[in-house]
Amino acid sequence: MYDFEYHKPSSVADAVKILAADPDARAISGGMTLLPALKLRLNKPTAVVDLSGIADLRGVKRDGNKIVIGALTKHYEVATSAEVKAAIPALAAMAASIGDTQVRNRGTMGGSVANNDPSADYPAALLALGATIQTDRRTISADDFFQGMFATALEAGELVTAIHIPVPEKAGYAKMRNPASRYSMAGVFVAKGPAGVRVAVNGAGNNGSYRHAGMEAALSANWSADAVAGIKVDPSDMNGDIHGSAEYRAHLVTVMAKRAVTNAG
Amino acid sequence: MNVVQPFEGIGASVRRKEDFRFLQGRGMYTDDINRPGQTHAFILRSPHAHATINGIDTAAAKAMPGVLAVFTSADMAGIGGLPCGWQIHNKDGSPMAEPKHPVLAEGKVRHVGDPVAVVVAETRAQARDAAEAIVVDYAPMPGVSTTEAAIAPGAPAVHDGVAGNLCYDWHIGDKAATEAAFAKAHKVVKFSTTNNRLVPNAMEPRSAIGEFDTMSGDYTLYTTSQNPHVIRLLMGAFVLSIPESKLRVVAPDVGGGFGSKIYHYAEEAIVTWASAKVKRPIKWTADRTESFMSDAHGRDHVSTAELALDAEGKILGLKVHTLANMGAYLSTFAPCVPTYLYATLLAGVYTTPVIYAEVKAVFTHTVPVDAYRGAGRPEATYLLERLMDVAAREIGMDRVEFRKKNFIPVDAFPYQTPVALQYDSGDYFSTLAEALKTADWAGFEARREAAKAKGKLRGIGISTYLEACGIAPSAVVGSLGARAGLYEVGTIRVHPTGSVTVLTGTHSHGQGHETTLAQLVADKLGVPIANVDIVHGDTAKVPFGMGTYGSRSLAVGGSAMDKAMDKIIAKGKRIAAHLMEASVEDVEFERGTFRVAGTDKTKSLTDISLTAYVPHNYPIEEIEPGLEETAFYDPKNFTYPGGCHIAEVEIDTETGKVSMVNFTAVDDVGRVINPMIVEGQVQGGVAQGIGQALLEAAVYDAEGQLISGSMMDYTMPRADDLAPVSVATHTTLCTHNPLGVKGCGEVGAIGSPPAVMNAVVDALRDFGVNHVEMPATPAKIWNIIHGHRLAAE
Ligand SMILES: Cc1cc2nc3c(=O)[nH]c(=O)nc-3n(C[C@H](O)[C@H](O)[C@H](O)COP(=O)(O)OP(=O)(O)OC[C@H]3O[C@@H](n4cnc5c(N)ncnc54)[C@H](O)[C@@H]3O)c2cc1C
Repeated sequence: MYDFEYHKPSSVADAVKILAADPDARAISGGMTLLPALKLRLNKPTAVVDLSGIADLRGVKRDGNKIVIGALTKHYEVATSAEVKAAIPALAAMAASIGDTQVRNRGTMGGSVANNDPSADYPAALLALGATIQTDRRTISADDFFQGMFATALEAGELVTAIHIPVPEKAGYAKMRNPASRYSMAGVFVAKGPAGVRVAVNGAGNNGSYRHAGMEAALSANWSADAVAGIKVDPSDMNGDIHGSAEYRAHLVTVMAKRAVTNAG
Repeated sequence: MNVVQPFEGIGASVRRKEDFRFLQGRGMYTDDINRPGQTHAFILRSPHAHATINGIDTAAAKAMPGVLAVFTSADMAGIGGLPCGWQIHNKDGSPMAEPKHPVLAEGKVRHVGDPVAVVVAETRAQARDAAEAIVVDYAPMPGVSTTEAAIAPGAPAVHDGVAGNLCYDWHIGDKAATEAAFAKAHKVVKFSTTNNRLVPNAMEPRSAIGEFDTMSGDYTLYTTSQNPHVIRLLMGAFVLSIPESKLRVVAPDVGGGFGSKIYHYAEEAIVTWASAKVKRPIKWTADRTESFMSDAHGRDHVSTAELALDAEGKILGLKVHTLANMGAYLSTFAPCVPTYLYATLLAGVYTTPVIYAEVKAVFTHTVPVDAYRGAGRPEATYLLERLMDVAAREIGMDRVEFRKKNFIPVDAFPYQTPVALQYDSGDYFSTLAEALKTADWAGFEARREAAKAKGKLRGIGISTYLEACGIAPSAVVGSLGARAGLYEVGTIRVHPTGSVTVLTGTHSHGQGHETTLAQLVADKLGVPIANVDIVHGDTAKVPFGMGTYGSRSLAVGGSAMDKAMDKIIAKGKRIAAHLMEASVEDVEFERGTFRVAGTDKTKSLTDISLTAYVPHNYPIEEIEPGLEETAFYDPKNFTYPGGCHIAEVEIDTETGKVSMVNFTAVDDVGRVINPMIVEGQVQGGVAQGIGQALLEAAVYDAEGQLISGSMMDYTMPRADDLAPVSVATHTTLCTHNPLGVKGCGEVGAIGSPPAVMNAVVDALRDFGVNHVEMPATPAKIWNIIHGHRLAAE
């Protein structure tokens, strides 16, 4: 990797100050995405601002009918949190399926959400659950936050601090993994909650994680796997690569939607 | 009191001695070695598959912090190309095309990853920083990555002067007799397939440290090699012109090779040569990205086979035509892989009376291809064992019965095939019967029905395979084009107080030699394995050796040790006879004890070794002191492991994902020294075979860009991709080596891919497919099922 300055602030305010002063500085949380990019020299930040010393950003709590997860909370902590397991078991199970043990013990929800990798798991969950992303300066609904492949509503130097998730009545997730990377190549998160029935897709779409209106309508009318089984996804909206064509991914989205509904019960 | 020593000899599942250090992270790998004053090299590699280099500007790089030197081919005048160790001759008797393989690119790059320049700097990061400042003026040109495209008229030329990109056009077998057999055939079954290209991906990336001693003028190379003496010979004699006496090659702990660390690579020559230029040791270690584009790849064949059958299902003849990808340059042993390690295997375990095979080796703009676990034999076995299934189905015969009908009978050994090899021993009926029983072949249809009820497609597949390893004898391989001998060397040094050091020319990079070879000593000389040390991987310690590949370590290296131990025993008997005042003929030896036959007069090996080194009461006029013997062993033939593999798979019809349910291996590897290690070797090989069948593919685009250039796109098998692998052995002894051993390192990777693919095709039997190409990825299987559904709708 190239040389960079290293900062380890202990408050969000200090971190934001450093980032504001230097447009080429980058925040680092778990480093599971940023570090490989640095090692491959794909990224050349002037400074790396390590958020791991900011205690406020860590932890899960239940707040009325919401689960609030600090941005620095690791995938392993989400997977094993008693609050998450009780309120949104599908989210705990999703966290347990991210990467491998080492990745889950370093990677954070804030980092994953800020990165918005089209194959990452969390963005679809937050879209389907109707979550709100809290930053150092505002709150943003998931619908407004995720803006396509690797694109979010975050401004330069803006930090995700927490994620607020309304507790759903039901939720379920299913994904087909890319055989090599094991990231999702087609995943569907379904939820029935305060904001109604919402269905979000990851891994497959050619512009990142997105909501599927047709499936939402079908499941609103009839919450059952059969209701989505007949819905054909348009391959022209899908991504294709050496691991599967757009047609294959379109097909998988329907299959994963069925399985997600079954998993939700 | 009688202390009962646990049995550690031949047949004991002794725990691996080397694992104490490996499991504690105390192995000493090349990259763990740091020499005083060490510098670091970074190799700048081509991003293009094919380009002319109009110029290289290194001025800015040379001025960067920490940089000691920047070299390009212009600095390496007088340095030879990387040599090829095997020369194949064309059908017409002319030698193969053997274009120069420069250490650093000379005016042209021919594959992505081709080394262009090297930076030597105080740190690795500085070397890499400086490499980014090198300006290479490339003029990119069209490239070609597949064999079919490369031999098509008008294809981009990889080397000037190599017409049609053809390295050689070779054949074996009796063409006229084969045509005659086909003319009489009741039925001819034709089958075409591609053997997918693989990236070896040893866990430890390649690494090399070159060191030049300015006082003595000696060079030392530490390298991740399976055969340090071969590297010394090739690099010293052909590339750098350094005599053996001035060049030491050390291959310390090596973290997996699978063939990819046999070859002499450019980086070894670069660090060795450059260390004399900068007068400091230089280390280079590949990162994973470099491994993908610079380690020799494996397989990459396109083949068509035709099988002639009589009305009863007896095989009358076999014709094979194969295109083999050599990549951009000839790697060390590349030419022999699709010829003498491939076409000679096409008889398999069957009595096929006539075979004719043609092989065209082709240059492309891809990484060089060479031997990878199994080397040629997996390609032959896959072609033949898939063909057997295709043929059985076409003639409506049960695939097991069809195989049995054509098996070489148990009493037919030694058996001469029509493609040069003579098998010494084997019993294919017994390995088949045991595998069918273990896998519950008979009960499969019920399991298939049960799976169907759950919406899954279940399939079972079989492969009855044979392989040839411990390639030899030297005179024969020499006549076939090898530029090296294929014997092995073993030294047994019995120390004064009875402990033993073994020097072996083989090399352990995961195989467990420190245990298995010690067990040979325990068995024959009666020395506990704790007192037996195996030394390998250092040309300054071991007299000579050809290294480890082709499952040769025990069959060839173990046999050399056995011969050396015979010499120790013979000398020991003479010393014992003197001490016990008996005649040599009357002295017997068994596991550490010399005895005067029919008496209770005995001397231990330690009594003898002590006497040998402290020769006070010693027949010094007749026998030299000391107790150390060396033997060179040149085998009379290959060894022929074989057996039966059965795979059971289940397919999720909605996603196309193939899951391994069960795998049964019953192998004849000859005498088993350590059953636990054999089980591990077979399981590891099967894991790689399942990887090839279901997961792995090195994908190039048509122009030669490597698409699957990282673990994000290249699917290495993980634990949950595998099934429980049941391993059993059924032994027939090798008849021509003293240990009766055949070899177990490659059987797993050779026998398993066709078993898995036969199971996949069987699972899809209702879908009208008769073949699926490897790897059987979910998308590919889904396409097959989907295509079928569309047609049916
Ligand atoms: C081998 C491997 C397998 C993986 N498999 C999966 C998988 O199956 N599914 C999956 O979803 N992910 C997977 N990941 C990615 C992993 O989950 C990452 O941890 C996650 O995507 C990023 O989180 P992080 O904390 O590591 O972020 P970092 O790498 O630290 O940062 C990622 C990006 O987000 C920015 N950032 C970090 N924190 C914040 C913040 N609080 N506010 C604003 N910006 C911030 C950084 O500047 C950077 O641009 C895998 C990673 C690896 C290495």
